[in-house]
Amino acid sequence: MDETRYGYWLPPDASAHGWQIDRLIGVLHVFMAALFVLWGGYLVYCLIKYRARPGHLATHALPRARFTTWAEGGVLAFELLLLAALSMPAWLAWKNARPDEAQALHVRVIAEQFVWNFHYPGLDGKFGKAAFANMSGDNPLGLFGTDGDGRDDLTTINQLHVPLGRPVILDIMSKDVIHGFNVPALRLKQDAIPGQSVSIWFTATKPGLYEIACAQLCGLAHYKMRGVVTVESPEQFLAWVRDNSPAAPAPEPK
Amino acid sequence: MNQPDGSPGVTDQGAPRALGEAAARPGFLRRFVFSLDHKVIGLQYTVTAFVFLLLGFLMMLLMRWQLAYPGQPLPFGAKLFGEDLMPGGVMQPDFYNQLGAMHGTTMVFLGVVPLAVGGFGNYLLPLQLGAPDMAFPKLNLASYWFYLAGGLLMMGSFFLPGGAAQSGWTSYPPLASLAPPGQTAWLCAMVLIITSSLLGSINFIVTVVQLRAKGLTWMRLPFFVHAQFITAFLLLLAFPPLEAAAVLQLMDRLAGTSFFLPTGLVVSGERLQVSGGGSPLLWQHLFWFLAHPEVYVLILPAMGIVAEVLANNLRKPLWGYRMMVGSATFLGFTSFIVWAHHMFITGMGTAMSAFFQTTTMIISVPSVILLTCFLLSLWGAAIRFTTPMLFALAFLPMFAIGGLTGLPLGLTTSDLYLHDTYYVIGHFHYIVAPGTLFALFAGVYHWYPKATGRQMNGPLGKLHFFGSFVAINGVFMPMFFQGMAGLSRRLYDPTVYAHGRGVQPLNKIISHSALLLALFQLPFILNFFGSLWFGEKTEENPWSATTLEWAASSPPPHGNFEAPPTAYREPYEYSVPGAPADFSPQWRKEP
Repeated sequence: MDETRYGYWLPPDASAHGWQIDRLIGVLHVFMAALFVLWGGYLVYCLIKYRARPGHLATHALPRARFTTWAEGGVLAFELLLLAALSMPAWLAWKNARPDEAQALHVRVIAEQFVWNFHYPGLDGKFGKAAFANMSGDNPLGLFGTDGDGRDDLTTINQLHVPLGRPVILDIMSKDVIHGFNVPALRLKQDAIPGQSVSIWFTATKPGLYEIACAQLCGLAHYKMRGVVTVESPEQFLAWVRDNSPAAPAPEPK
Repeated sequence: MNQPDGSPGVTDQGAPRALGEAAARPGFLRRFVFSLDHKVIGLQYTVTAFVFLLLGFLMMLLMRWQLAYPGQPLPFGAKLFGEDLMPGGVMQPDFYNQLGAMHGTTMVFLGVVPLAVGGFGNYLLPLQLGAPDMAFPKLNLASYWFYLAGGLLMMGSFFLPGGAAQSGWTSYPPLASLAPPGQTAWLCAMVLIITSSLLGSINFIVTVVQLRAKGLTWMRLPFFVHAQFITAFLLLLAFPPLEAAAVLQLMDRLAGTSFFLPTGLVVSGERLQVSGGGSPLLWQHLFWFLAHPEVYVLILPAMGIVAEVLANNLRKPLWGYRMMVGSATFLGFTSFIVWAHHMFITGMGTAMSAFFQTTTMIISVPSVILLTCFLLSLWGAAIRFTTPMLFALAFLPMFAIGGLTGLPLGLTTSDLYLHDTYYVIGHFHYIVAPGTLFALFAGVYHWYPKATGRQMNGPLGKLHFFGSFVAINGVFMPMFFQGMAGLSRRLYDPTVYAHGRGVQPLNKIISHSALLLALFQLPFILNFFGSLWFGEKTEENPWSATTLEWAASSPPPHGNFEAPPTAYREPYEYSVPGAPADFSPQWRKEP
């Protein structure tokens, strides 16, 4: 698997929801360019035509311009259209459509200076108990190892593996300062704010390796708080979970 | 003192009394250091703000070295900044973060706002109103000294153990709460600076309401006065929340409170011993409740200057004056209900984000109207391409780029991708640098003859303009492409990321353009000081302008006018049919 090629524009989109973002950015920039060329052309025309020169006098009377009302009305209407037709529906569809918990892969993302901790529920699909109060240098996620659900939990640092085509729910939180979970190629960005957990979701549509970058200044090593998302086939993903799950746990004490 | 005696309008005694005092020749300190004359205070603000602008610019140049040549030693870097900050000349991340936070703080709070409001506002407001001085000269004096104290404390914080503030100009907790002592100095300095703004804004509001010359009705005020008046309200209403927030963060740092610290923080494997229960997002709300109106504090005075310079050099009235005043007022009101668009990716609910993206689209309308009015004013003009006019004209497309690129950031769906990237940096710098700063340069060239009695040099001014125009676009235009590639802001070394390496060549272009931009400021500095002695002498109205400040002599004496002027007409009566000249000043009864 190759890393994504990054250029001078948006990297190729690898998510199910990203096309709406890309479409809005595209439409907006065409609109902006058109408006700028129109304004700029008019400006240059005026600078040449109305330059001061012998025999040329300014007119005191102001042009009665009806068309400006129309032009401004048009700009406003277009902005409202962008808002109502392209931005809000996409945002609502994405924010309100929490995937079915039974189907989706659920991962906790716990940011700290300066790594991304990922906590998978393991093969049983259930998270073990964890608490901030239980965190220490040896136990960065504050897990209770004896907990039944937690025995097969899987944790990684800076490595997020997700299966292709299956919805993924990420619970984003932070242990210390505000970080920004940001995967440009998956069109994901969510601040990791200490004291709260925010869920976002996505479905990856292209296998590959995608960079996670920290979007919010979080301290001295903010610039190298880099992680990688690996999007792989469901079979490869399952194999990865199996290979990395903790060794068969001891039977529960009676 | 020359304080008006409280009756509305300019008192008859005001000006002569002031002139009499000037004739009595107070000592050097009273005249130049602790002066109560609004013009001296305005010039103090102007010079101090330019020094801070230069310092902020130099901080940026240092950062640009690291961004163009990550990890490579800067020649003489170790000698200049010591082995701690730049061992062997290689910049360290903590120094980079300090420069980043202080560049933003310096440029916004110590450079542009004091220059636009404290400098231009103080100098011009009483003159354009036909008043002898500000309503409260002593408050004005206090305002400047609070500002200077805040600025010196801010710069001095570089020498504290651990250096200056390094959590960005936004100082988000908990990062800022955990930062070295420089952050404490930042908060104290901000309290001083905000106090200065509050004193100034009250003074501005009272002056505009009370001290207008006879006949100078609201719709005869120059647009610059309207812009400063609205700005003063923004300063008055938006700054106190940040002052309160700064005090709260100070208490979090010093008194063990937890206004912005939640329960259960674990820093480097250690549980933080704080009471907890606070909210990091509360700071963001308080900060942006200030900082969004702040954007309009940056842009409105600039538009005021552009309006004055445009009308004067177009030789015709501004198109849609009333609409412009209405739009600017509307802009002022709505600027208070858009702040949370800076927080779209904190995870706010859909109803909140729907509200804030709607208000953000609405606030773009008055900006479009203002720009349209400026552009339509060009129709049928006789354009003089003076140096101030070049800067004012360049403001229009530059502000347009800055404004337009705000659209994708105001809509949640596109902001999701562009938030916290270099696209944002490009966007707001287009508003503030080639936008506001160009307008401020236009203002300096335009009113320099009023303040000194001499003209600035034309060829040097044009060299300054054309050089800066090319270079500044070389600095900020590539940032849009870096942002499109997804590059995060505030990265000490962007080449850590593959998507950063992809756009790294642009960093070289930006940094070299920034150096070029620095070089093209030299003609300005030379011109600014050299013209004090060698500039061509001018009479009181060298630009054949119409507003009241040009009725006073150049430079105006303490007390401003020989006799209180009267305004007989609208501010921009140029090329009136049948008039003897192509300008009909406000103060002259016959056209």
